[in-house]
Amino acid sequence: MNRLTTLEKEIINKLQKDFPLSKEPFKEIAEELNIHEDECLNIIASMKARGIIRRIGGVFDSKKMGYYSTLCACTVPESDIEKTAALINAQEGVTHNYLRDHSYNLWFTLTAPSFEKATEILEKLQNDTGTIIVSMPATEVYKIKVTFEMGKQDGI
Amino acid sequence: MAYDHIERGIIKFLQADIPLAPRPYRYLSEELGCSEEEIISRIIKMKNRGLIKRLGAVLRHQKAGFTVNAMVAWKVDENTKDQAGQIMADFNEVSHCYLREVPEDFGYNLFSMIHARSEEELSELIDNIARQTGLKDYIIIRSVKEYKKTSMKYF
Repeated sequence: MNRLTTLEKEIINKLQKDFPLSKEPFKEIAEELNIHEDECLNIIASMKARGIIRRIGGVFDSKKMGYYSTLCACTVPESDIEKTAALINAQEGVTHNYLRDHSYNLWFTLTAPSFEKATEILEKLQNDTGTIIVSMPATEVYKIKVTFEMGKQDGI
Repeated sequence: MAYDHIERGIIKFLQADIPLAPRPYRYLSEELGCSEEEIISRIIKMKNRGLIKRLGAVLRHQKAGFTVNAMVAWKVDENTKDQAGQIMADFNEVSHCYLREVPEDFGYNLFSMIHARSEEELSELIDNIARQTGLKDYIIIRSVKEYKKTSMKYF
């Protein structure tokens, strides 16, 4: 199990919430935490290697970027799951794909440059996989949260 | 939407993984033929326009201690949807909450992603949300296997 030190949690919180928009962002974080930049970079590298941090980068708003996205689901016979999942994964714009415990057992998200393009992709996927795909686009967004504050009890 | 070559370069760069180096934008600035300052000011503009929601670390929740995750879909009607959505959004453990257009025979139209540290905590959270929103009809749809989890690549 990955147990995070207090310093690691502090770094995670800084990296998630107040990543400095500057030429030397890691130096700024290090200074705020009273450590050397090298140490800060090493700790981050270690958390990446341990798989705690997936990546450091930008999280984009696909809608504001001019894209259309939707949550899709389909019912796939157990014997076809792996093959169908692979076909769906191979499609550009599919970002998440999960097997779930519901009669709709395969759930994936699709982001495409337009509604028309998304419809075209889903029709093609239906043909390729031989399944009926249900599209459930969001009509209201109440929350999209991408950060988790690390408290004392977190980071087991 | 049209993006110029600097914006496209920045989008490509930021949708991947920023290099762990003292000056992470240095090579990008050389590649794009502009200064690091220009890149930073463009990123700030893209943030202000809302194209970039956030810049920083993206965690693997399971490895960060949130080991029990579930998608919970609720049946909500037109009159109560916004109130219920707001209540759910106020929960720290709810990461995503959307109203969706769903097939009639499915009917569960309000989706919430809930992250907990244990099964007990998850069921307490769901009970709590049900009590506060007054929504009684819901299903917990758990992930059994992850086939793909990536970030969108725009360019």
